Amino acid sequence: MRKLLIFLKEYKKETFLGPLFKLLEASFELMVPLVIASMIDKGIAFGDKSYVIKMCLILLLLCVVGFFSAITAQYFAAKAAAGFAAKVKRALFDNIQKLSFSDMDSVGTSTMITRMTSDINQVQQGVNMTIRLLLRSPFVVFGAMVMAFTINVRQALIFLVTIIVLFVVVGVIMGWSIPQYGKIQGGLDVLLRLTRENHSGVRVIRAFGLEEQEKRNFNESNDKLMSFQKFVGNVTALMNPVTYAILNLAVAYLIYRGAFYVNSGELTQGQMVALYNYMSQILIELIKFANLILTITKAIASGNRVQELLELKSSMVDGNKAYHQGKDEDFIVFDNVSMRYQGDNEDSLKDISFTAKKGEKIGIIGGTGSGKSTLVNLIPRFYDVTQGKVLIGGEDVREYKLDTFREKIGVVPQKAVLFHGSIRDNMKWGKADASDEEINKALEIAQAKEVVDSKENGLDYEVSQGGKNFSGGQKQRLTIARALVRKPDILILDDSASALDYLTDKNLRKAIAGMDNPPTTFIVSQRTSAVLDCDKIIVLDNGQVAGIGTHDKLLSECELYKEIYDSQFKKEGGDAV
Amino acid sequence: MKKGTLKKVLKYTGRYKILIFLSLVLAVITALLSLYVPILAGGAVDCLIGTNEVDFVKVFGLLGQMAVIVIAISVMQWLMNKANNMITFQVVRDVRKEAFEKLQKLPFEYLDSKQTGDIVNRIISDVDLFSDGLLMGFTQLFTGIVTIVGTLLFMFYLDFKIALVVVVLTPISLFVAKFIASKSFVLFKKQSEARSDQTAFVDEMIGNLSVVKAFAHEDENMEYFEKINDRLEKTSVKATFFSSLTNPSTRFVNNFVYAAVALFGAFACIAGGMSVGELTIFLSYANQYTKPFNEISGVVTELQNALACAERVFSLIEEIPEASDNVKAPVDFRAEGKVTLNDVSFSYDKSKKLIENLNLDIKSGQRIAIVGPTGSGKTTLINLLMRFYDVDSGSISIDGIDIRDLKRADLRNNYGMVLQETWLRYGTVRDNITLGRKDFTDEEIIEAAKAAHAHSFIKRLPKGYDTVISENGGNLSQGQKQLLCITRVMLHIPPMLILDEATSSIDTSTEIRIQKAFNRMMKGRTSFIVAHRLSTIREADVILVMKDGHIIEQGNHEQLLAKGGFYNKLYNSQFA
Repeated sequence: MRKLLIFLKEYKKETFLGPLFKLLEASFELMVPLVIASMIDKGIAFGDKSYVIKMCLILLLLCVVGFFSAITAQYFAAKAAAGFAAKVKRALFDNIQKLSFSDMDSVGTSTMITRMTSDINQVQQGVNMTIRLLLRSPFVVFGAMVMAFTINVRQALIFLVTIIVLFVVVGVIMGWSIPQYGKIQGGLDVLLRLTRENHSGVRVIRAFGLEEQEKRNFNESNDKLMSFQKFVGNVTALMNPVTYAILNLAVAYLIYRGAFYVNSGELTQGQMVALYNYMSQILIELIKFANLILTITKAIASGNRVQELLELKSSMVDGNKAYHQGKDEDFIVFDNVSMRYQGDNEDSLKDISFTAKKGEKIGIIGGTGSGKSTLVNLIPRFYDVTQGKVLIGGEDVREYKLDTFREKIGVVPQKAVLFHGSIRDNMKWGKADASDEEINKALEIAQAKEVVDSKENGLDYEVSQGGKNFSGGQKQRLTIARALVRKPDILILDDSASALDYLTDKNLRKAIAGMDNPPTTFIVSQRTSAVLDCDKIIVLDNGQVAGIGTHDKLLSECELYKEIYDSQFKKEGGDAV
Repeated sequence: MKKGTLKKVLKYTGRYKILIFLSLVLAVITALLSLYVPILAGGAVDCLIGTNEVDFVKVFGLLGQMAVIVIAISVMQWLMNKANNMITFQVVRDVRKEAFEKLQKLPFEYLDSKQTGDIVNRIISDVDLFSDGLLMGFTQLFTGIVTIVGTLLFMFYLDFKIALVVVVLTPISLFVAKFIASKSFVLFKKQSEARSDQTAFVDEMIGNLSVVKAFAHEDENMEYFEKINDRLEKTSVKATFFSSLTNPSTRFVNNFVYAAVALFGAFACIAGGMSVGELTIFLSYANQYTKPFNEISGVVTELQNALACAERVFSLIEEIPEASDNVKAPVDFRAEGKVTLNDVSFSYDKSKKLIENLNLDIKSGQRIAIVGPTGSGKTTLINLLMRFYDVDSGSISIDGIDIRDLKRADLRNNYGMVLQETWLRYGTVRDNITLGRKDFTDEEIIEAAKAAHAHSFIKRLPKGYDTVISENGGNLSQGQKQLLCITRVMLHIPPMLILDEATSSIDTSTEIRIQKAFNRMMKGRTSFIVAHRLSTIREADVILVMKDGHIIEQGNHEQLLAKGGFYNKLYNSQFA
C-alpha cells in the first residue's frame, strides 16, 4: 500500500489542507460546550441577558466558520481521492498492458480486472475517508479529554479511563470481526462458483438430470454461510450496545463524582454541563472512528493487492532494433529451440529446428498438446524461448523492438475475438489508417465479404460485446480479415479455420496464396486437408519434431503423419478425387 | 422503483413476522428509553446547584435509575440487533435458495439469452446489496422515526415554546439534506455510468489481452482509457464532493438550532421557567434530534438502491419456468430408440424462420450424421431432440410417444450427450466424471476412462483421479477436457447418443481410438453425430445434409456422393 502513496504526490496541498480544515472544524466544535458553560455560569446565574446573547452569537460564528472549513476539507478530500484513483488506474492499466504472456497466464484475467475495478474503488473510498476523518475523530476524542482536563483534572481522569476502556472494547470486537469477513467472502465465493457453474453448464446438468443434486449442494453451502453470517453478525452487534453502556455509565459516574465536587465548591454547575457534553461528543466520534478503521482496513488490503500487480514487472525485456525483412532465404529460422512454460516441469517444445523462406506456406500438424500453438506463439515473441534462438530477417527476435516487429505479423488466434465497435473499427485494429478499400480487400480474401454484406450497415455494423451477434464461423473469418488488413509479412493461422466448413476453408487458403505479396503463412491445424498443399509441413509429437517435409515426402517417411492422414482419408476417399 | 417490489419484499420478510414484531417492539422501547436517559442525567445535574447545596439522596436515586436503564437499553439493543441479523440473513438465504431453484427450472430461451455474469450478479451481489440496504434500512428508518416522534413529545412536555422553535427550524435541515441528496443522486448516476463504461472497456481489453498484444494495440487502448479515466475522475470528484456536503450542511443547521435553543433556553432560565438541568436536556435533544433525519435521508437512498437490486433478483425468480412435466408421463421410460420428427418447425427468433417442416424417421439403432455449414441448424436439431427447446409446431416422438408427454429427466436420461463445448467444474477429476452421482465403483470409473482414452493422462496428473481441477478445467488442455466429458458418457451408457463435435479438439490418433470406443458404444444404439470430419460421417447409416434449417440431402455416403450435390462438393473440397 505504501508505494501507492506516491500517486498522492501531486495532491500534497489537498492531503495537507484537507485534514487541517477538518481539525479547524473540530476545534470549533470543541469550543461549543465551553461557551455553553460560561453562558450558564455567568449569563444565567447572574441573569445577564446581553451576555447570553453575546455567547449565542459566538455559537453562531463558530458554526459558520466550522461549516466553511468542513466544506473546504470535503472538497480537498474528494479531489485528492478521485485524482489519486485515476492516476493509480492509469498506471495499473499501463502496467497490465506491458505484462508478458507468461505473466498474464500466472496472474489470471479475472484477478487483473478486479484489481482494476473494485479494488481501486475501495482504495479511493479509503483515501477519501482518511483525509476526512482520520485526524478528526481522534482529535475530537482527545480534544474532548484535554478540554475536560482544563475544567477539572480529577473529573478528567474518568474521561481517560473511559476512553481507554472504549478503545479496548472497540479494538477487540473489530480485531475479531475483520478476519471473519474474509471467511464470509470465502463462503460467498462458493455460492458464486456454484451459480456460475450451473448457468454455464446447464446443458450438462439437465442432460444428466442433476438438478436436485445441485439444489442440495447449493442449499447446503447457502445454509452454512447463513449460520456463519449470523454468528459473526451477533458478535459485531455487541459493539453499539456495549459502547453505549460504557459511556453512559461513565456519565452517571461523572455526575456522581461531580455531586461531591460541586458540593465542596470545586466545580460549578456550568462546568459539570460542559463535561457532560464532552462525554457525549466522544461517543459519536468513536463510532465514526471505528467505521473509519474498517474502511481503511479494507482499503489497505485492496491497496496491497493493487500494489502487487503494479509492481509486477514484465518478464520480457524489449529489444531496441528496428524490424527488417532481411533476405528471402532463411527468413524465419528456428535454431534448436526449446521452450518450457513457467511452473511446468517438462519442456513443451524440444530442439525444434527449421527454416522458412519468404512467402512460403508452413503447415503445423500434431496431436492435442503436441506444442503446435506454442511453436507459433514464439514467432511474434509472445513467449521467450528457454533455449536456442528464433531468428526473423536474420535477427534474434529478442533484439527487435516489440511494437514495430509485431506490426508486421498478422495473428489469428484460436479463439475468435471481436471488440465492441463497428466492423470497420475492428478491421482498423490491423492497420490504424486502413482505407475502406484496403478493408474490403482483406475481407474478400478472408471470405468474410458476404458476412459484412449480410449486415444492414455493412462496415458500420456494430459488433456487440464479445461479438455475440456473429456466429463462430463469421467471427473467425472476420478475425482473419483483421490480420490481413495490415498486409503482414508473416501470417499465423492458429487453428483459426476450425469453425469453417471445408469449402470455405479451401477458398480461404487459395485466396491467401493469390495475394500480391503473399505473407509467409503458418497454418496450425488438426486436418491434413488444411496443410497438405503447404511448402513444408512440420509434424509435432509431444513437443518434438516427428517429421518435416512436403505432404508426399511425409506420407512415405513419417509414420505419425501417415496415421493422421489415413484416419481422415481412408483408402476409399482416394476414389473420390 | 416499483411498488410491487416492496410488496414482494414484504412477502419474504413476512415469514419472520414474530422476529420483525420483536425487533420493532425493542426498537420502540430502546428509542424511548434512550431519550429518557438525558432527562435523568439532566435531573441529576439540576441537583448540583452549588457549594453545599447538593441534594445527594436525589442525585444517587436518579443515577441509580440511569444505570439500570442504560444496562437495560444495551441488552435490548443487542437483542434487537440479533433479531435483525436473523431476519436479514434468513431472508437472504431464502431469496438465494429460491433464485437458485428457479435457475434449475428456467427454459433455455431465457438462460441462453443471459450471460453467466448477469445471473451470478443477480443471485450473489444483488442479493447482498439488497440485504445490506433494505433490511438494515427498515430498522434504522423505524428507530429514526420513533426517536424523532419521541424527542418531540419529550420536548413539548418539557417546554412548549422552545420545542416550537426546534420544530419550526428543523425543516431547513430536511430541505438541505433533500436538496443535496437529489443533486448528488444525479451526479452519482453520471459517475456510475462513467464507471461502467470503464469497467466494460477494461473487461474487454484485459480479457483479450493476448489479442491486444498481438496487434500491438496498447497505445491506442491507453489513449482511449485515459479519455474515460479523465471523465470518471471529473464526475467522481463532483459526486463525492457533493454527497459529502450532507454531513457538514445538516450539522450546520443543527448547530444553528442548537444556538437558538441555547438562547431561548437561557432566557427561560433567567425568567425562571426552566432549570439548568432542563436546558442541558434540551441541548442534548437538539443535538441528537436532527441526527435521525440525516440517517433517514441516507437510508432512503440505500432503500432505493436495495429495491433496485431486489427487483433484479425478483425478475429472475418470477421468470416463467419450463412447463411442468406431463403428470401422465410413463414411469422410468426406457427408449428402444425409434425417433420420429413429424413436420417440425422451430426458430429462436420467431421473426426469422429456421427449421421448417422437418420430417425424419429414424429406426432403432441407426447412426445419423448431421453435416452442413455453420448456422444451418445442426445444433438446433439437438436442442430439440433433448427438449432443451420445444418445437413451435409439429412433434418429435420416441418409440411413438411425443417427447412432451415424457418427463424431461427421463427423456434426457435416455441420451448420452457430448458437446463441443466442454464443461468442467471445480472439483476432483472423479467428481467431474461421476458428476457427483455416488453409485459408481472405482473400477467402473477407470474402465470408462480407459474406453475414452483419458486414463493415461489422468494417471499422470499429480493426484490421479483425486486431482482437483480448477473451474472450467483451467489446467487441462482443450483435448483433455473433451476426453473427460466423453468419459462421463462412457460411464453410463444410455440407449441413445448425441455427439456434437465431440472430438473436435482431440488429436487424430487419439480420435481414431476413441472412435472405436464410440463405435462399440453406438452398436445397437440410435446415435446422432454432428461432425466436420467426413471420416467420422462416412460410416453413418443416414447422413442428413442441412442448410438454412432444411435437410437438403439425405442418404448414406455412397448415395450422396453419387448424387453429385452439396455433399459431394463438401466432401471433395477435402482433397483440394
